[in-house]
Amino acid sequence: MAEFTPTQLQSKGVTQLQDQAILALQDVSISYSGKAAVSKVSFPIAKHKITSVIGPSGCGKSTLLRALNRMNDFIPNVTTEGKIIYNRQDLYAAEVDPVEVRRNIGMVFQKPNPFPKTIYKNVAWGPGINGRKDSMHELVEKSLKQAALWEEVKDRLDESALSLSGGQQQRLCIARALAMAPDILLMDEPCSALDPISTAHIEDLLYRLKSSYTIVIVTHNMQQASRISDYTAFMEMGDLIEFGKTRQIFTKPHKQRTEEYVTGRFG
Amino acid sequence: MAPRGIHARSTAETSLRKRHARARLFALFCAAVTWAGAALLMLLLYQISVNGFKWFDVQFLTSFPSRFPYKAGIKSALVGTLWLISLVAIISIPIGVATALYLEEFGKKGRLGRMVEINIANLAGVPSIVYGIIGLAVFVRGLGLERSLISGALTMSLLILPVIIIASREAIKVVPMTIRHAAFALGATRWQTAWSHVLPASFPGILTGVILALSRAIGETAPLIMIGALTYVAFLPEGPMDAFTALPIQIFNWVSRPQEEFHELAAGAIIVLLIVLLTMNATAIFIRHRAEKKRG
Repeated sequence: MAEFTPTQLQSKGVTQLQDQAILALQDVSISYSGKAAVSKVSFPIAKHKITSVIGPSGCGKSTLLRALNRMNDFIPNVTTEGKIIYNRQDLYAAEVDPVEVRRNIGMVFQKPNPFPKTIYKNVAWGPGINGRKDSMHELVEKSLKQAALWEEVKDRLDESALSLSGGQQQRLCIARALAMAPDILLMDEPCSALDPISTAHIEDLLYRLKSSYTIVIVTHNMQQASRISDYTAFMEMGDLIEFGKTRQIFTKPHKQRTEEYVTGRFG
Repeated sequence: MAPRGIHARSTAETSLRKRHARARLFALFCAAVTWAGAALLMLLLYQISVNGFKWFDVQFLTSFPSRFPYKAGIKSALVGTLWLISLVAIISIPIGVATALYLEEFGKKGRLGRMVEINIANLAGVPSIVYGIIGLAVFVRGLGLERSLISGALTMSLLILPVIIIASREAIKVVPMTIRHAAFALGATRWQTAWSHVLPASFPGILTGVILALSRAIGETAPLIMIGALTYVAFLPEGPMDAFTALPIQIFNWVSRPQEEFHELAAGAIIVLLIVLLTMNATAIFIRHRAEKKRG
């Protein structure tokens, strides 16, 4: 697991993490064609906890999230500086294969994006291309159960994923990510395109997944962050304003800016 | 205030009526143009049928050309065309689709890429006779392939490659980026993403482009004349290295004869060419329909 000494954290003005860190951001700066989107952000991600990243639109939180499994590689002219340490290894070191990174750090996107294939194939494809051959049926079933979708789709696994509702599609995308058994699951506003009932479904789901997965979730919805997450990072204009335990951030924030945001005075 | 309100409303209504009238007029114009085109095509088909159908029988399909109209047939031309179009498909589809895939999914979108793009677009507009000259110089003479089926197929492939590449690129471009991202996020390589998701999703569009291109190849005459496909062939080609003739050349040959009977034979050959073409299109539509249904 990541080396992140308390002194290092304190020197960055970041609250000490009481849990074991699985991922550690160290002075991460990201810019698009020279324009800074994230500047010198450092905080750790605790293992088997939910960490939420909140902040107003355009604060760089999605950009930061995509940096954690190198999805920014697909956007032209993005430069990433600083270190993101995972398993004692900087994810941006030259010898690291980004494909390998994404096998271990999965992602669920803002809009449900199932493949235009059957429900079964949506879940089985990822493990399949990564060399898994046997007991695929069991894996598909297990993943769909973990995503609380199994009961709804067990009789129609051969139907197109596009025949599902938006909320079901998003849970399918979660099942698809879980089938890879990722160390970390990144979620980029996974509920923003969903109605409140589907949102509640997914929040329940995240809460249950916590025991076996590490989740980082970017969200616009502060109630959501306060309901489900253990740690919260508040960002504004590309800077990390404050990081700490969720309860502390929402009840006794150290920074005035954080207090103004979480109490809804702006943003 | 009230009168002004009513007044404003009534002018709005007149202008709305005018706008509806204009919309109807435009729809009428579009319908007229569409039907005019269709009617012209019907007229052509009718004329060809009237002239050609009386020659259209088994004897016509199974005989070699002859200088006696009642003995003449299109066996060698039909077989030559089927050979040619199969070879063209085998050569041009993999190269065209692979090129499109490379340009869209793998190649860097730099100055070089733009230059290649512009050049391909320009190539699509080059007259077919020019491809014939290239074929003659490169394949027939340069590579010593002689006046064979393979020379013809390679020349035709050059001719239709730009069309296939452009159509395939367009089809690949409209595959949503989110699908690629979903695949990448599962630890897929670019190749796995392209093969499993981008190609299947763009398949219907690629197929449409391929069929349009092959339809063009099947009717082209000029390049074949240029590379010296024979006009009188009383044998069947047995391999890609054999000499050949094709339907458009047989038609061209018959039309240029003075006797009326040969003009009617040409009409008969046109019917056969159209049937081959329609069969190809129908097959493509059938395959596309099945592919779309499978994806749901």
